[in-house]
Amino acid sequence: MLENIFSDPTFQFVLFSAAKIAVVFGVVMTFVAYAVLVERKVSAAIQDRVGPNRTAPPLALKIPVLGRLLQRWGMFQPMADGLKFILKEDFTPAYVRTVYFWLAPAIAVIPAFLTLAVIPFGSTLGSQKMVIADLNVGILYTFGIVSLGVYGIVLAGWSSNSKYPFLGGIRSSAQMISYEIAMGMSVVSLFLIVGDLNLMNLIQWQADHGWLVLYQPVAFVIFLVSAFAETNRLPFDMPESESELIGGYHTEYSSMKFALFFLGEYANMIASSAMMVTLFFGGWSLPWLGKPAETLLGGLVHIGIFIAKMIVLMLVFIWVRWMLPRFRYDQLMDLGWRRFIPAALANIVATALGVALLNR
Amino acid sequence: MPQLTDLLFYAFAGMTLLFGFLCVANPLSRNPVTSAMFLVLTIISMAGLFVLLHAFFLAAVQILVYAGAVMVLFLFVIMLLDLKEEERRKLNKVAVGLGSLAVLGLAGVLVRVLAGATPLIAAGSKPVEGSTRELGRILFQSYLLPFEILSILLLVAMVGAILLSKKELK
Repeated sequence: MLENIFSDPTFQFVLFSAAKIAVVFGVVMTFVAYAVLVERKVSAAIQDRVGPNRTAPPLALKIPVLGRLLQRWGMFQPMADGLKFILKEDFTPAYVRTVYFWLAPAIAVIPAFLTLAVIPFGSTLGSQKMVIADLNVGILYTFGIVSLGVYGIVLAGWSSNSKYPFLGGIRSSAQMISYEIAMGMSVVSLFLIVGDLNLMNLIQWQADHGWLVLYQPVAFVIFLVSAFAETNRLPFDMPESESELIGGYHTEYSSMKFALFFLGEYANMIASSAMMVTLFFGGWSLPWLGKPAETLLGGLVHIGIFIAKMIVLMLVFIWVRWMLPRFRYDQLMDLGWRRFIPAALANIVATALGVALLNR
Repeated sequence: MPQLTDLLFYAFAGMTLLFGFLCVANPLSRNPVTSAMFLVLTIISMAGLFVLLHAFFLAAVQILVYAGAVMVLFLFVIMLLDLKEEERRKLNKVAVGLGSLAVLGLAGVLVRVLAGATPLIAAGSKPVEGSTRELGRILFQSYLLPFEILSILLLVAMVGAILLSKKELK
């Protein structure tokens, strides 16, 4: 009886999918925690400071040499941060719209994780494809889910029932819609070249023909800058800009609810880095490592390559945040509507012409 | 035993109807933002129905365009309005009566037409699978003229919106 269930393909599919979801979720959560640490360390280095180097549980210091070293690198800091978020008072101001005030942080986090479902983070491991959902319209799914992310921020801004969060919410909705258009248009040219919306096939194409960033540098620049705007990070963090709006849409939030927004921002950063690796940098492939893995070890190497590329892009996100000042809002809109959208359209026309001429 | 897809169909169809109803006539809240959010849920449930029909492209575009862009702009505008006044407004009895009459009439027409229709598969037409390539081919070969006319219509609407929102023309 039990053996029958295990050999049933549907059951196997459910089991393997559940395992993949659990592993991806765990890895992403760890990445979020340590991305915060890296952010603090990098910002410290850029501003000629030391960064977090004190936190350590008492027992860890008993380990000779290594304990001290980990303490100096701040490796225990994320644990302390997490604990602090959980233990702080979860305060709900009196005049907020309660239902939406509670819903908003959840709505902000969920899309960030959902987008990860279609990203192929490796080739194969055993007989399993290393992607949670191998959709034929992968990229459209991603854009659909990303476009839902704005609700969390807008609802947070509105439900807080106070002026600064409201301004933050309004700003973010306008900003995210504007840059979604440029972002969506920039990837059209990629799919004109490849001729397939499935992300697994896209990576295989890149493994055979070379990375798409070489074919489409304009699209990559537009996508990269739009990704900064979509994740609300500096130089485009107008929705929360501390110096004018205090904290923007999350001004009224505290404790775990604030932590969810924070987590959403970093998860979004991870998702867009992973997306860029998939779209422009050949995913799990390297120029001389282009075949889907046949052994377990090969599969793990591919996953490692993917994660390494992703980390490089995340470092770019962090680096830019501490190097550039914030844009003005009209400059942001001008860049989005009057520079990027025409540039992306021109890029599509040029690519289409090129593809048509070459295929004749 | 009913198939999983059947169960999912009834779940999504039920959710579409329920959320749609709550969008126009929510007994618990007269808040326009709540209505808008229920409309978003209706749209997402409808995308679920498209997925069950294997129309993945339509499902994705439905969420991308309606839930992701149009409804965000709706929320944007609603939030800038004075909601208190809106919540105090009394129901207009005549409008409710006429509205229900129209809904009943439309439902009657739909039921009659659907009851008399033959299923498409039985009628021998090929089911269109959700492949984007197929959809593009149909749009740009069989239905090119209507497609282009629609685009011009949208362009006119866009120009009109910009013209109307400009306070003074230079």
